[in-house]
Amino acid sequence: MSAATALPKLAATGRVTQLRVAISEWTKIRSVRSTRWSLFAAVVLTIGLPILFAAVTSSHWGSLSPRERSDRHPVEIATAGVNLSQLPIAVLAVLTITAEYSTGMIRASFTAVPKRLAVLWAKIGVFSLLTFALALPSVLFAFWASQTIVHKHAELRISLSDPGVARTVIGGAVYLMLIGIFAMALGAIVRNTAGGISIFAAIFFVIPPLLNILPSSWNQAISPWLPDSAARAVFQLTHDSGSLAPGPGALLFVGYCAAAIAVAAVLLVRRDT
Amino acid sequence: MIEAVELTKDYGSKRAVDGLSFTVRPGIVTGFLGPNGSGKSTTMRLILGLDRPTRGDVTVNGKHYRDHRAPLHEVGALLEARSVHPGRSARNHLLALAQTHGIPRSRVDELIDLVGLHDVAKKRAGKFSLGMGQRLGIATALLGDPSTVMLDEPVNGLDPEGIHWMRNLLTRLAGEGRTVFVSSHLMSEMALVADHLIVIGRGRLIADVPVDEFIQGAGRNVVRVRSPQATQLRDLLAGPDVTVTALDDGALEVSGLTAEQIGDVAGDHGLRIHELTPQQASLEEAFMELTRADVEYQAELQEAAL
Repeated sequence: MSAATALPKLAATGRVTQLRVAISEWTKIRSVRSTRWSLFAAVVLTIGLPILFAAVTSSHWGSLSPRERSDRHPVEIATAGVNLSQLPIAVLAVLTITAEYSTGMIRASFTAVPKRLAVLWAKIGVFSLLTFALALPSVLFAFWASQTIVHKHAELRISLSDPGVARTVIGGAVYLMLIGIFAMALGAIVRNTAGGISIFAAIFFVIPPLLNILPSSWNQAISPWLPDSAARAVFQLTHDSGSLAPGPGALLFVGYCAAAIAVAAVLLVRRDT
Repeated sequence: MIEAVELTKDYGSKRAVDGLSFTVRPGIVTGFLGPNGSGKSTTMRLILGLDRPTRGDVTVNGKHYRDHRAPLHEVGALLEARSVHPGRSARNHLLALAQTHGIPRSRVDELIDLVGLHDVAKKRAGKFSLGMGQRLGIATALLGDPSTVMLDEPVNGLDPEGIHWMRNLLTRLAGEGRTVFVSSHLMSEMALVADHLIVIGRGRLIADVPVDEFIQGAGRNVVRVRSPQATQLRDLLAGPDVTVTALDDGALEVSGLTAEQIGDVAGDHGLRIHELTPQQASLEEAFMELTRADVEYQAELQEAAL
């Protein structure tokens, strides 16, 4: 430390505003490695899986039975990656909040912004925009790439202008964004990385298959209303009796997100740090 | 200016802070003293609104901390527990906090230079030594040019040069009219910088006094006297409020009289004096004396827990 201990004066002091907190959150999220790795993995999975499935389907097309052919909808190939890339997105979303607690950074954050909700809104806003900004080009590229690969088979050719196709593809990006918001709320509720990721995995990967143990009438009555199938409706082209239509599904999952955020917000304000 | 009124905080059944009332005034360095676990860090968290008081209230510059529009301009804080993401560089850490108040990047760089972290500003904070981490914490505290600076054990992990720098900084900040509130469990450190002391033990206020008064008030102000006519002198000094103890080396230890009074008595009776030394209790001794009960209590608790 220098011997001269003159503390430079600050010319002007600004107030804390929501926009400034958002800029701060952007600096935070871009300045840690986990962000780059998670988002890189998400983009690679979103694009890579459809290319792989398209290549396999295209090369084996001749040997597939008519039934198998009808099962392979090209839009499902295009959005296949979303099923996997939701995992790195959810992990990053949980970490964005829980890492502040595990490192103690949260004390610095809440000292700078003692009206804590501003931090929560900024995190959700910045994360959603960032995820959507990366997911949208990724799903569109995945659609274009998979279509280019299967182009020689007329039955697999579709266009974004076909009914429901654009909605389904863009829905994949919306799905990833909503998953991130939901996971972030879970992180804010449990304030613990392992706990947040476990609960997310339980809701989206563990509980759904377990429901198959129930009598099928029960299963069919419950399943459509669970967060995972409601969310999935957002990027499904068709739906049957076992799932909600895209609109209601999206709405229900947005409701789940809102409820989780509301719980997180109440706890955030009340709890000691 | 920090004002606490009947501040109380319970964690479960454990009372960490117990009815603390005090005022920290601007323009001087106020030391916040207590043994480890006496509630200093909890009090600081309550001041910043990181924890909610169970009872009582604390305000900074007349308002609750969370009600300030530019809180970093009101209070700059260094907490004892680390508050930095280890994967983020020092510069980005400071920048993110600065941006919440629209504080420019140039200010961040200025502070990095001020605390001597220029060469490592782009390194991940997780690789920092304890001392470097402490410097980053101090840069964080000074970011908003705050009117109140609150530091929890700031010299922890600093090298001698850093400790010297810190003392100068504290004195200077107070000289600029700021409120400076510094916690420590080391009296010797406080003796060098603090003007005023707030001493707590087991979450309760033990003393809220100027440093000089604290030392005097802690009793044990004795005068050491050596005289070839010790026995005679001893009889002459005897009085209702005076105790005279003979030490092993032949000297006398007198309490209840000043050195001047003893010298006058000896002079009036023509007694020779070879040594006459007022012995002031050191700050450390005074502190130990005051907090002994609490330290013992803690030790008993630990034993009971074992």
